[in-house]
Amino acid sequence: MSLILKNVSVTTEKDGVILDDISFEFKPGRIYILIGRTTSGKTSLMRAIAGLLPIDSGEITMNGVDFDEKPIWERDVAVVYQQFINYPNKTVLQNVEFPLLRKGLKKTEAREVALASINKVGLSDYLDRKPSQLSGGQQQRVALARSLSRKSHIMLLDEPLMNLDYKLREQLRVEFKEIFNSQKDAVTIYATTEPPEALILGAEILVMHEGRIVQFGSPTEVYEQPQSTTVARVISDPPMSILPVSLAAGEIRFSDGYSQPIPAKMKNFKEGRYEVGIRANDIVSAKSGGEKGVISLVEVSGSETLVYVDTPAGEVVLQMEGIHDVKVGESISIELPGNRLFLFETNGALCVSPDSAGE
Amino acid sequence: MYKVLKATFITIWSLFVLFPIMWAITTSFKPESAVVNGATFIPFLEFQPSLIGWKAILPGPDSLTNLLTPTLNSLIVTAGATAISLIFGSLAAYGLSRFTYGWKNYSNADIIFFFVSQRIMPPVVLAIPFFLLLKELRLLDTHLGLILVLTSGLMPIVVWLMVDFFNALPREIDEMAMLEGCNPIQAFFRTILPLSKPGLTVAGMFCVIFGWNDIFFALTLTATKVLTLPVAVIALNGTVTPYWILAASTVFSIIPLVGLAFVIERFLSRGNLGGAVR
Repeated sequence: MSLILKNVSVTTEKDGVILDDISFEFKPGRIYILIGRTTSGKTSLMRAIAGLLPIDSGEITMNGVDFDEKPIWERDVAVVYQQFINYPNKTVLQNVEFPLLRKGLKKTEAREVALASINKVGLSDYLDRKPSQLSGGQQQRVALARSLSRKSHIMLLDEPLMNLDYKLREQLRVEFKEIFNSQKDAVTIYATTEPPEALILGAEILVMHEGRIVQFGSPTEVYEQPQSTTVARVISDPPMSILPVSLAAGEIRFSDGYSQPIPAKMKNFKEGRYEVGIRANDIVSAKSGGEKGVISLVEVSGSETLVYVDTPAGEVVLQMEGIHDVKVGESISIELPGNRLFLFETNGALCVSPDSAGE
Repeated sequence: MYKVLKATFITIWSLFVLFPIMWAITTSFKPESAVVNGATFIPFLEFQPSLIGWKAILPGPDSLTNLLTPTLNSLIVTAGATAISLIFGSLAAYGLSRFTYGWKNYSNADIIFFFVSQRIMPPVVLAIPFFLLLKELRLLDTHLGLILVLTSGLMPIVVWLMVDFFNALPREIDEMAMLEGCNPIQAFFRTILPLSKPGLTVAGMFCVIFGWNDIFFALTLTATKVLTLPVAVIALNGTVTPYWILAASTVFSIIPLVGLAFVIERFLSRGNLGGAVR
């Protein structure tokens, strides 16, 4: 009783390999977050499940039924796109009722469900408006109400909050959690580019990169034990700084000659070339000593300041609490605390993370 | 200065365009004396209006010729050809817009060109083939025969216009309809067609105008049973018919199109055609 993908691959002439041998079992009653960069194949995977993107090889089955034999309109898949799609000639109420009526609900029943679902997204005052008479956020909420009221067995949400304002996002995330959790027999797949969203929804995370699923696990698992530099970059926001180093003589040596003592967890690895990663909020700006660099970009977001630093060893992003008056071009000293370092092989595979159960 | 020039130009041009029509209308109400004794223009002042022209073309004791039957024929033929062209033309256009067909190197673009190419040939070339075809099918001088022949000319216009129109409608709407339980045919009728009213209106307008004004096929493929309005008016021209009767018959034959123009104009002003004509 689940949605199973077996060796699903899609290649197109225009874009090359879109989905690369994806096998996964989506279990009902759970929420899966697809996270990845914009071209990682999240949307393609959803379109393949919905039937909008024909697959070249492999198979998709739902509860044992091969989807290959089921046309799009019989798959019962609800989709919310990033760019909202509503029927322009129908009113808000008619828009939400449409899929319910297609599903075979009676008129009164469909109206009841539709009204409840419109109420949930806060559009009860706009029942008779056409989509073109609504703001972008309201249109997206109509699209949400339409898809969520269907109670489909497969729900696909492709960055549904992308076009909404901050407050509404917060509110809808909470709503989503409730709605998703109330549908015990539905597979929910939710794509996003924003790591915090994945963490808030408390679902299981699938990290996608270049058409492949590169890691699967709970949010903490993926966050604390990214299996590769790729995952580490995608899952950290701002992205993790990754620098080439070598381990030798009890020291971590950076490529510019700067070195610091090797942390306890990394002592067992043999000497050689590695990469270390560190999250932006773990980097500390130092009064003196440490690695020196020049500030190349400063971003203030909310109550935090992101500082991009060019060091001879590579680019490092550091996040400082509060708003700091730092200027581009200034030099800065930074410290990379040894107990917060991730160690990766040069091919990107994780050796040890700060949160590994070490000795 | 510019405004004055503009107003002058528009006035002169309007007079230039409207004068023949005005003359036809006034002539249709003139008695014999107002026509034969030199040009007269203004009713009630220069001549006393009379209905003898109109009485001659409409049924009644003074009827010279009956234009009502040809009008009915024209209506049937135009409506039939327009309906068939719109229904099948828009279905074909939807298919060509949303799906890919093809054989070897030939694809949708070639199919569309094939449709449009039907209009490139002058109708004269087709007269004999059509005549023989209808003769074999025993459809000469029938409504159906003329409808089918006109459809062959009108459908390409519909396909051509509607492919462009459907291409402009977002594909995501059909996709969404299919995800929500419509097969492609239902998706078309339930979501795309209601959105296509502007495009269908424009295509339909073209069909009605070309269908109503067709004279060539009506003349060559029908004889007495299915006499259409333009043919009947021309027939009047060929005999010794007084000018006021001729004028009345021409005015009579353009009334339906003028009426249509008013309907479309109201449609346009309500904004329903916005973006339909690019």
